[in-house]
Amino acid sequence: MTNLVLFLVLAVVAVVTALGMLLSRNAVYAALFLVLNFATVAVFYILLEAPFIAMTQVTVYAGAIMVLFLFVIMLLGAERLPGTEPLPWQRPLAIFLALVLAVEAGYLLFARRAAGGMFASAAPDFGSPQAIGTMLFNRYLLPFEVTSVLLLVAMVGAIVLTKKEKGGRE
Amino acid sequence: MDSALILEWVIKSAILIFVLLTGFAYLTLFERRALARIQVRIGPNRAGPFGLLQPVADGLKLIFKEELTPAEADKVLFTLAPVVTVVPALILAAVIPWGRDVTLFGRQVSLSVADLNVGVLYIMAVSSIAVYGIVLAGWSSNNKYALLGGLRSSAQMISYELALGLAFVPAILLADSMRMVDIVEAQHPWWFVVIQPVGTAIFLIATLAEVNRAPFDMPEAEQELTAGYHTEYSGMKFALFFMAEYAKMIVISSIAATLFFGGYLGPGVDRYPWLGPLYLFIKIVILLFGMIWLRATFPRIRYDRLMAFGWKVLLPLALAVTFITALGIVLEMLWLIPVLSLAAGLFTVAMVHRALRRKAYARA
Repeated sequence: MTNLVLFLVLAVVAVVTALGMLLSRNAVYAALFLVLNFATVAVFYILLEAPFIAMTQVTVYAGAIMVLFLFVIMLLGAERLPGTEPLPWQRPLAIFLALVLAVEAGYLLFARRAAGGMFASAAPDFGSPQAIGTMLFNRYLLPFEVTSVLLLVAMVGAIVLTKKEKGGRE
Repeated sequence: MDSALILEWVIKSAILIFVLLTGFAYLTLFERRALARIQVRIGPNRAGPFGLLQPVADGLKLIFKEELTPAEADKVLFTLAPVVTVVPALILAAVIPWGRDVTLFGRQVSLSVADLNVGVLYIMAVSSIAVYGIVLAGWSSNNKYALLGGLRSSAQMISYELALGLAFVPAILLADSMRMVDIVEAQHPWWFVVIQPVGTAIFLIATLAEVNRAPFDMPEAEQELTAGYHTEYSGMKFALFFMAEYAKMIVISSIAATLFFGGYLGPGVDRYPWLGPLYLFIKIVILLFGMIWLRATFPRIRYDRLMAFGWKVLLPLALAVTFITALGIVLEMLWLIPVLSLAAGLFTVAMVHRALRRKAYARA
């Protein structure tokens, strides 16, 4: 019962912050709404008994990535968003993709329910740091390593881009 | 979940916030007296015996000061920024255990507000949120100096967060848990500072940068930025920034004491669990004195040097220390960890020394 009330309140907060992010004309406010949204999602994870993911969500998305966003917005002085859409094909594509997502989610929910039983309930140590560590470094070791190599490549690329070209003018 | 349990949590949280707020007030007095002593002055000694009423006088003065809001400032964020700075500093302390369980009024009471199984991650998450207050204060003031201070602090805090995060790893690996209580209990009989001295040093340096304390107080460098991100703040709003800095100093010291200096452990704590909070308090005061001592000793580091130090020295060393700790645990040779990490630390110091000397020669 408490979980349901918590979930309803949080869902409203999540939707409102997402709308605020989309509708605010000031880039700083949009970024801050997104931070709130990430924090709300983190609380959802705690409700689902996955504290590890919740903390990672706050640290990585709210704490690191959004700070960089704000940093760039302030550095460029780009608080005022342009009134016109810079990419005209973006809006129809977004609507189409959203529809696909809604249909897929609806199909999964109703088809699974028709087949009997929703989803398996979580194991007792589900979401504990130990369980996630064991999973990550045994069963999903290869994807984990591939992801880390990808991130490394991105980092090297960023460093190369910031370097001055040899022989070029300062 | 009975109502007595909720009452217990509320009481413990209230005690924690009360301790942090009085601690903040008396830490300012402690700092002023200690700095005065180091600089062969006397310091504040007029208000009450030994100046003990000085924090009360300061607080009253700040309450009665006029609060200014710049005309072109973003009013909402300008008001919100000090609050966003203070709250993380206070809730960070929730996961720190003050002692073993004690019996009080016939109830088993654990001496920590929240005993999370992801305690270390909680600290990382909350401390990564803390940067917003400073950035928003800088931006919403609509002042060039404040904005520069805010940008500097966000760059600095993100950079040193990496080294800080990696400095947590040796403690997690050695304790085999992210729960703060487990980490403390694993330091019996050897504190982690003995097993991993270099990791402790990295942690202490990175935390100094995280709380913007001297010699890493670039965001509020008076000579170049007047006062950095809080240039436009006055009255109680300024006091909130002040409070956040000192509350964070206390919390960071208690985290360092818990992760590396044995937390509430000490002689006799098995027999008398009430000694735990006392030992933790003593350790926190010693670490705080170290911070004040550093402020009195070192000049502020130049900004490019600060970033170079964070990325090119502290981060690689922290990676090496993490690797060495894992190696020592896998090989089951714990003595290997302090030996190898001290060697790595000395090598780093020697390389930095060489680079600086070469620069000095090039200039001469």
